Amino acid sequence: MFRTILIAVFALAAIGTGAWGYQEHQEKNELLIQAENNYQRAFHDLNFHIDTLEEKIGTTLAVNSRDQISPSLAEVWRLTSQAHNEVGQLPLALMPFNKTEEFLAKIGDFSYRIAIRDLEKEPLSDNEYETLQKLHQKATEIKNELREVQALALENNLRWMDVELALASDDKPQDNTIIDGFKTVDKNVEGYSEVNWGPELTKMSERKDGKYKNIKGDPISKKKAEQLARKFLDLNSDVEIRVEENGKGANYGAYNLKINNPKTDVSTFMEITKKGGHPVSIISDREIGERKLSLYEGSEKAQQFLKKHLYNGVELSESDQYDNTGVFTFVQVKEDVRIYPQSVRVKVALDNGDIIAYDGLDYLITKNDDRIFTEPKLSKEEAKAKLNKNLKVNEDHKSVIINNLGEEVLCYEFLGTINNETFRIFLNADTGIEEYVEQLE
Amino acid sequence: VSGTFFNSFFCIKKKVLQKTIVTICLEQFIKEALNMKWNSTLIKIPLLVLVCLFAITASLSQNEAQAFSSQVIQHGATGDDVVELQSRLQFLGFYNKKIDGVFGWSTYWALRNFQYEFGLEIDGLGGAATKAKLEKASKYDEGFVREQIRQGREFTYYGGVPKEIQTEKNPQGQAQQPRQQRGQDAQKQGQQQNQPAQPNQERQNQQDAPEEQDANKGGQADNVPSGYSENDIKLMANAVYGEARGEPYVGQVAVAAVILNRVESSTFPNTISGVIFEPRAFTAVADGQIWLEPNDQARRAVHDALNGYDPSDGAIYYFNPATATSGWIWGRPQIKKIGKHIFAD
Repeated sequence: MFRTILIAVFALAAIGTGAWGYQEHQEKNELLIQAENNYQRAFHDLNFHIDTLEEKIGTTLAVNSRDQISPSLAEVWRLTSQAHNEVGQLPLALMPFNKTEEFLAKIGDFSYRIAIRDLEKEPLSDNEYETLQKLHQKATEIKNELREVQALALENNLRWMDVELALASDDKPQDNTIIDGFKTVDKNVEGYSEVNWGPELTKMSERKDGKYKNIKGDPISKKKAEQLARKFLDLNSDVEIRVEENGKGANYGAYNLKINNPKTDVSTFMEITKKGGHPVSIISDREIGERKLSLYEGSEKAQQFLKKHLYNGVELSESDQYDNTGVFTFVQVKEDVRIYPQSVRVKVALDNGDIIAYDGLDYLITKNDDRIFTEPKLSKEEAKAKLNKNLKVNEDHKSVIINNLGEEVLCYEFLGTINNETFRIFLNADTGIEEYVEQLE
Repeated sequence: VSGTFFNSFFCIKKKVLQKTIVTICLEQFIKEALNMKWNSTLIKIPLLVLVCLFAITASLSQNEAQAFSSQVIQHGATGDDVVELQSRLQFLGFYNKKIDGVFGWSTYWALRNFQYEFGLEIDGLGGAATKAKLEKASKYDEGFVREQIRQGREFTYYGGVPKEIQTEKNPQGQAQQPRQQRGQDAQKQGQQQNQPAQPNQERQNQQDAPEEQDANKGGQADNVPSGYSENDIKLMANAVYGEARGEPYVGQVAVAAVILNRVESSTFPNTISGVIFEPRAFTAVADGQIWLEPNDQARRAVHDALNGYDPSDGAIYYFNPATATSGWIWGRPQIKKIGKHIFAD
């Protein structure tokens, strides 16, 4: 009797466990399918958008009227951004698909530039037409290759979950069809890096690469870097400093210093360029005590710090309080012109006024003592007349900013309000073009 | 004009004459306003009624005008002084936005307008002279304002309007209050005809309020680096905490900077969330550690990164050499090692 009951109980328990296990299994499968479906959707969307992209570039080649070119190039721009977005949803993060993504981004930039241009004044040039032809050719190739991968995936029920697994276990050679397909696409794009993107985009990327050329001076030794840091930060001799060089992937040669203050137990991180020994940045972290200084007093501390380190003619342009710290941005001012790119940031602890962070990289790479301002073609009043009629101007300055082509331009800067909202508008002092407009909080 | 007028009155000491000062002062203030702007006799009468009502209210509720701290208040500041500044500017009708304790541009313009109207030096700073003049020209009921902020209510603080109608009563309890009634409230406010305030009840409310420092912060806002929202910061802090919580502070700033560098890069998604949730991009996202509650340090690190600090020198990858499974990542040009992470281009 007792045995039968026991058996019955066990049997029930076994059935219960089984049922529970089965249910868990089902649920897990459902989740996996859901994840897989998300990947599938992104993948097929990507294919669809690359298809349309190719088609649209083709259309641009065929049409002749300016009324048609702008909209279809705007469409190209939109499609590249869609495709870009979908690539970001696929589990490719560590797989080299970079070239293709870069290529897509460049097609986007290129078509955007032309789409927003006044084609009546500046029609499509022969070079640009040629570029479009090449892009079309390239897009066709990408499209065909991706189509093939898609067909294989559909035919053999290939799953993106397997791609993810294959990528995760990197040791064994990957023989995943989807991965191979994407690798082929990327390899082919590489061959097309000589596409002529036109002077604007070329200049932009040149400026990006040449950004750090402005760091000049004789190379310094590790020892010298340490001495400079001690002087810059006013450190006692008992403070430990460890110096390391940065690697070859860096944009510029620099020493990284780890500074440990045994007394306060605060560690500070500092970077000094090898060339010239310019301090690039300082960051330290500690618990900030109760606030004793106002933001205003903090800004005075920051100013003193900069004065001590030979920043002449910088002016406070922005101040913000975060918890008990103040972050201050100073810009170079020359002949009453604010040079926004040449800015330096200082962070002050508002408990005792210590400088806890400093960022001088922008200042360093844009420092140019020989900057000459030509007399602007527009007067301030003429520029003002070009503003939106609803803007109530409260303040104005002359300033230099970097426009969206990466060039420094002299502007009139107007600060004003429309319906209680504050806007900052930079008008090119020569052409009167609104170079940059932002809403301020 | 008004500047000299106020000067002459406010050399008289407080307390004893408080009532009369306030009354006379307001009458004069309104008179001046009438001379300057409103010429319609239609508005004059209700306004005068209002002045009387206000005088009664003011003398009944004996809330001492709360004084600013001695510190100069500057654009970008946050905290109690800013709340008081905004309240006082709103009391005088210069400031029309939310009283949130963040000295933004709207507060800046309001302060400058105040300085202009009252013949002060127009520098947009809350210095000693400006604060003194503000204290004299306006009233500040700290208890009321703090209570509203603590409870996260929508409220305004215009002078001459009974406080009761400048706030929503019991926002939770009466959430379903019919629209129409609110509309009427607003209308009443517009016509500025209302019963005098009930100071007793109000003071009781204030006493009930817990005096905790943190609780007071309730609806008071914080500064956010421009172009980002409080939610972006939260999301990034989650990612940084999940990815690098054992790392030195600089290492955390660097991880946050990598996220931002990826947003800028053409080979990664263009939004913070797109970068963070890109499949296989971050292990902390994959294993759910991103949903741990981030600490203050992680938030600070994100703030620094958003403000432009980039200790990674433009890196878009980083990995832990001890646990990196991908051989490919080792092939990236390395920039530097911070803590356990190697940052690469």
